[in-house]
Order: sequence, then C-alpha cells, then structure tokens
Amino acid sequence: MRWYAALIYAFLYLPIALIVIFSFNSGRYAMDWEGFSLSWYATAFANPLAVKALWTSLTIAAVTAVLASILGTLAALGLERVTPRVRRSFDAAIYIAVMVPGVVIGIATLIAFVTVFDAVNPVLANLLGTAAPKFTMGLPTVIAAHVMFNLAVVVLIVRARLAGMDKSLLEASADLYATPFGTFRQVMLPLLMPAILASLLLSFTFSFEDFIIAFFVAGPNVTLPIYIYSSIRRGITPEINAIGTVVLAVSFTLLILAQYLLRERAPRA
Amino acid sequence: MTAATRSRIGTAAMVAPAALFFIVLLVLPLVVVLVYSFGLRAPAGGYQPGFTLDNYLNLPARAAAFLNTITLAPLGTLVTVLIAYPLAYFLAVKVSPRWRTLLLVLVIVPFWASQLLRIYAWMMILGNRGIPSLLFAAGLGDIRLLNTPFAVLLGMVYGYLPLMVFPIYVSLEKLDRRLLEASADLGASPFRTFLQVTLPLSLPGVATGSMLVFILLMGEFIIPAFLGGGKVFFIGNALVDLFLQSRNWPFGAAVSVALVAIMLVVIVIYMRFILGRSGTRRMVLS
Repeated sequence: MRWYAALIYAFLYLPIALIVIFSFNSGRYAMDWEGFSLSWYATAFANPLAVKALWTSLTIAAVTAVLASILGTLAALGLERVTPRVRRSFDAAIYIAVMVPGVVIGIATLIAFVTVFDAVNPVLANLLGTAAPKFTMGLPTVIAAHVMFNLAVVVLIVRARLAGMDKSLLEASADLYATPFGTFRQVMLPLLMPAILASLLLSFTFSFEDFIIAFFVAGPNVTLPIYIYSSIRRGITPEINAIGTVVLAVSFTLLILAQYLLRERAPRA
Repeated sequence: MTAATRSRIGTAAMVAPAALFFIVLLVLPLVVVLVYSFGLRAPAGGYQPGFTLDNYLNLPARAAAFLNTITLAPLGTLVTVLIAYPLAYFLAVKVSPRWRTLLLVLVIVPFWASQLLRIYAWMMILGNRGIPSLLFAAGLGDIRLLNTPFAVLLGMVYGYLPLMVFPIYVSLEKLDRRLLEASADLGASPFRTFLQVTLPLSLPGVATGSMLVFILLMGEFIIPAFLGGGKVFFIGNALVDLFLQSRNWPFGAAVSVALVAIMLVVIVIYMRFILGRSGTRRMVLS
C-alpha cells in the first residue's frame, strides 16, 4: 500500500520536476542533460514576444482579480438579503458556469461578442463617421470573460465565510450606535478580509493560467498560455521549460498564500 | 423614499453587476449558440440567419470525434477511479493523522500547475527522446508512445487524478470504524468487510469524483491536441477546428449543443444514482 502511494506520488511529481530540472539544462534538446546553465532563462527574458505575453497576462489577471473580487464580494453580501428565488437563480448560473466545458464557453463568448460588434459597429460608423470607435476582440473582452468565470469562485468563497460569521457582532456594533456603513467598514470588512484576499489570489491565478477561453476571445493579443501553446505546437524547446518554471513559481506562491488565508477561518468556524 | 425601499435598492445594486455578468457573458452566449445551431453558414464563413435542421443532421460527419469522446472519457474516468481508490483508501485509513494533511496537500499541488505545462511535460517524457529512447537502448524495440490513445488516456488520468482522490477520501474518512469492527466480529474476512461494508459506503464519493472528472474529460481539448497528435481527437478539438479553421459556426454550434446535451443526460442519470445511493445509506445507518 505504501509502495503504491509512493509510486503515485512519483507519477504526480515526475513531469513537474522534469520541467524545472531541464529549465537549467544548457543543451538544445529538452531531454538530454548537458550541464547546468541559466541560459534558457536569459533567452526567455530576452525574447520580446515572451515578455510581452507575460505582461499581457499579468495585466489581464490583475484587472480580472480586482474586478471579480469586488463584484463577487458585493454579490455575496447582497445575496444574504434577497428572496430564495433570486438566490436559486444565482446558484443556477454558478452551476452552469462551473459545469459547461471551457471550450464551449469560449466559443459561445466569441460568437456572442462578434455578433454584437458586427451589429453595433456599422451603426456607430453611420452616426459618428470616421471618429466612431470600432469594437473588436481585445483585452476588455478577455477580462470580461475571465471576470465572469471567476465571479462564481469568489461568490462561493465569500459566502462560505459569511455563513461561518458570528452575526451577533453586527448586532453589537449596531447597539453601540455604529452607522450601517461604520459596521460594514469596522466589523464586517475585517472579518471578510481573508476570504476577499484569497478570492483575489485565486482569481489572479485562474486568469493567469487560463488558456482555452483566452484562446477564443483575446483577438490579436497573446497571453502567456497562448504563447506557450503556440511554441509547443512549433516543437519542444527548452525555453518553454524556463518560462514554465517561472509560471509554476508564481502560481504556487499565490495558491499557497490563498490556501493559508482560507485556513485561518477553520479554528473560528 | 422609505428605509425599506432604500435597502432594497441597495441590495439590488450589490447583486446586479454580478448578475449582469452572468446574463451577458454566460446565459446570452449560450442562447446565441443554440440559435446559431439552427442557422446557415455564411458564404465567407460565420453565420447567416435562417432555420434549418441540417446542422444537426450533419452531426454524423463528426462521428469520429463523438465516438472518441464518449469512449475515452468514460474509460479515462474508470481508470482514474481504479488508480485513485487505493490512494484515497491509504490516505483515509492507513496513514497516521500526523502525515495525512501533508500527504493530501501533496496530491492537490500538481493539479495547481497549468494544464498546458503538465501536458507539455508528458510530451517530453513520451516523445522519441524520452521513454521510447530508454526502451530502445534497453533493447525492447522501437515503441511509439506519443500520439496514441494510450498517451491520451495517460494524460487524462494524470490531469484529473487529484479531483478523484479527494471525494473518495472524504467519503472513506467519514466511515464509521465501528462498522468495520462489527463486520470482523461477525466473522467476515478483511477482504469481505471491504467488499460488503467499506466499498458500498464509499460509493457516493466515487460517484461524485467520477462526475467531476467525466464532465471535464468530455470537454477536453488540450490533452488530445498535444498527446493525441491529431490522431485521437475529441469533440473539443472538432469545435476548435470548426470555429477557427473552417469557420462553420452553425455546425460548430450544433456540435456544442450536442456535447452539452450528452453531458446533461449523463449528469441527470448520475444524480439519480447518487441520490438513490445516499438514500439507501441513510436507511442502512439509521
């Protein structure tokens, strides 16, 4: 039994270990070890396309994380006060967002955007002439799509925290003549903070790592996963190992932080 | 304005933005897909309004993708269960609580890494310079691993193992140890106790894990694209091809609708199964 478990752990970690190990390989081929070197990191960071993709991904992930966390927290708080019927429809939307395959969501979002833009752009051009803005696929469309799927996650996390919260603290605050906003700012917000920060980190990571939805709605913008995807299609190169190791380091750090923040809740609940 | 009205407007203002995102970027697009699936392909690609069932009647043209998906997704789910169960059992029953949390976290950590990178790692391992070259050097012949159904199956198991281990672990951990003792006291062998007590009581976990993994496998795109090398393709790959290469949007929409429909049918059947299960369990335990 113990040997079986060891074997499974080896199976789980071998591929990730290989990416990290071979990112320090000086050789040209992914699987032949020719000595330690940081040259592939140098190559990756000197590659303007890779660096631009990294910045694009970081921008999208940062904006997505902030928007999804704010809107998701607001929704979770509001859902405490709506009728069961509204709450059920909201739950249904979350369920659909989680269940429908990413590839279908990506395609659906793409054709919905294109359809709307094709309808709106000629009208705008007619009304405003050459000064008219022309809507196309780009950063805003990726961010909007990412916010949508991260909202489901944020709402679930914040609601879990709200469910474990001691409501008498809010009453006590009101009894002590705090205004509703004062109660929110001085009691509710600090209690919710770990959940909000965890949402922020998780949304950032999900957005940063998303390939399939960005693949459809990013237009001409290349995010890091899209860059990695097209590099892999061109053939295996050690540069991907270096980029991959950086991505792994960023994702793991953020996720460990998020996990830590969510765990804080356990002793109190 | 009364305080009640004000508070109601406040609540609406809090929920509305998120609701708007779901309506505009989830519900509406899915409706558009449904509408397009009855439409015509524009001459230059894309969509032209119309009403026809041709797209649905045309589905057999992608029979290979459907067939691959509805055979390999369940098979992948089954193999994942078979590999995950002993590990979940080990973690829930055999490991001391001191090590349990650490070992559990270690199962989930690889799942955090980007799917693209994990699949890429398997391309290195299974590619000609990976395991096959080792096998060749060992005199075991020239074996091709990448771009085979085996590679796709391996990628699926690797990709979703953690999602299967967790639900099974949870249901095994809840298991009342006294039932096992009772079974032993009544003269059952450990194997019989496992078959007649442990296994049935852990089935809800197996069912949950299987549903999670099955849903994700049905929509899979990256694993067949990279490990199947265009030979073992899924509905997900057919969709990417239809929308981005051949630009036949209405047909692609019909394929999407068919995919979601198949998933819904399976899920409804599964839900019945799980509810039926937990019903009997409750009766057994009370």
